[in-house]
Amino acid sequence: MELLLKLCLAFVQVGMFSVGGGYAAIPLIQDQIVNRYGLMTLAEFSDLITVAEMTPGPISINSSTFVGMRLGGVGGVLLCTLGCILPSFIICYTLAHFYYKYRTVGGVQVVLGALRPAVVAMIGSAGLSILLLGLFQSDLFHISLSNLRVVELGIFLASLYIVRKYKVSAVLIILGSGVVGTLCYLLPGLVGLA
Amino acid sequence: MKQDQKKLDLKKLFVLLRSMFMLSACTFGGGFVIVSLMKKKFVEELQWLEEDEMLDVTAITQSAPGPLPVNASVIIGYKMFGFVGSLAAVLGTILPPMIIISLISLCYDQFRTNPVIAIALQVMRAGVAAVIADVVINLAGNVLKTRRTLYIAMMVTAFFATCVLGISAMVVILCCLAIGLLDLAWSLHKTKAKGKECA
Repeated sequence: MELLLKLCLAFVQVGMFSVGGGYAAIPLIQDQIVNRYGLMTLAEFSDLITVAEMTPGPISINSSTFVGMRLGGVGGVLLCTLGCILPSFIICYTLAHFYYKYRTVGGVQVVLGALRPAVVAMIGSAGLSILLLGLFQSDLFHISLSNLRVVELGIFLASLYIVRKYKVSAVLIILGSGVVGTLCYLLPGLVGLA
Repeated sequence: MKQDQKKLDLKKLFVLLRSMFMLSACTFGGGFVIVSLMKKKFVEELQWLEEDEMLDVTAITQSAPGPLPVNASVIIGYKMFGFVGSLAAVLGTILPPMIIISLISLCYDQFRTNPVIAIALQVMRAGVAAVIADVVINLAGNVLKTRRTLYIAMMVTAFFATCVLGISAMVVILCCLAIGLLDLAWSLHKTKAKGKECA
């Protein structure tokens, strides 16, 4: 019980101080879980990062679940995750309250108006890096045409066409590209065997 | 009448929970990915939020601590159904990673070395990229439509800053907040001057 409480508190701190999205949380988790409380080894922690990158969901939720499961079973998962989201819940709830109270005020509109182009740019930037990772398995500074993966390029173009033309839901597109792409890679091998 | 409304709310609340669950289950690769999926779902499909509102929510979630998808869920849930909405939206968002990671932590080695899973995860990125590209084309188009040089320049600069220079999103948001405040000061100054002229 004492361990679980420690864990919960550790993740409250992770949730409270990880400003600026996913990767900002990694050093904090390492600091709390590996260095401070010694609840995981560094090797286990890097495994955790690998899993978190391969699976959906925010990295801090992934790690709180992973750590919680290993150390305290389902109860550990619930407690760690609760600790992790509690600070953001309280803070964002308060911010939401004020946003909806004042968002129609003219001055607030002008200021928010200046934030919007930047948000668009950052979504674009995140999109570009995931596109490069998908098509070249590389980042902006290390792409070369020889690394271009043709199947992924085909799926990207087809998905983009479908999503713009037919307004298909995002979930369907992502799952569809997973199925089609996996088949593209696996089928030739299966046919070759037969 | 009131009974009807309550029933309808419950239905919508369930839609909220389910949408968050589905989006969260399919989001690989960081906070801005899920934001573009949320934009597609809640602005384009369900039309619960306006486009500008979604961008504001994104800016707020980026500035607040904690995981971005959770933050966005709290605000969108609040807008729709207040406190209960926030709870439902957050629950929808955190359940998929909790379930998936719990299962994986039980059979971690098989998962990591399975080639089919590796391929599926790799090709899904192409699909995710397509969805984001769609959202960005729409959003950037709308910024261009404002025909305000300041906004277009800010968009291009912010893109360059995050993408090439690797400046953190938080810093970009703060800079733009400062520009926004200056813009506000300038427009107040102008309307004051105009008011004097009219008088």
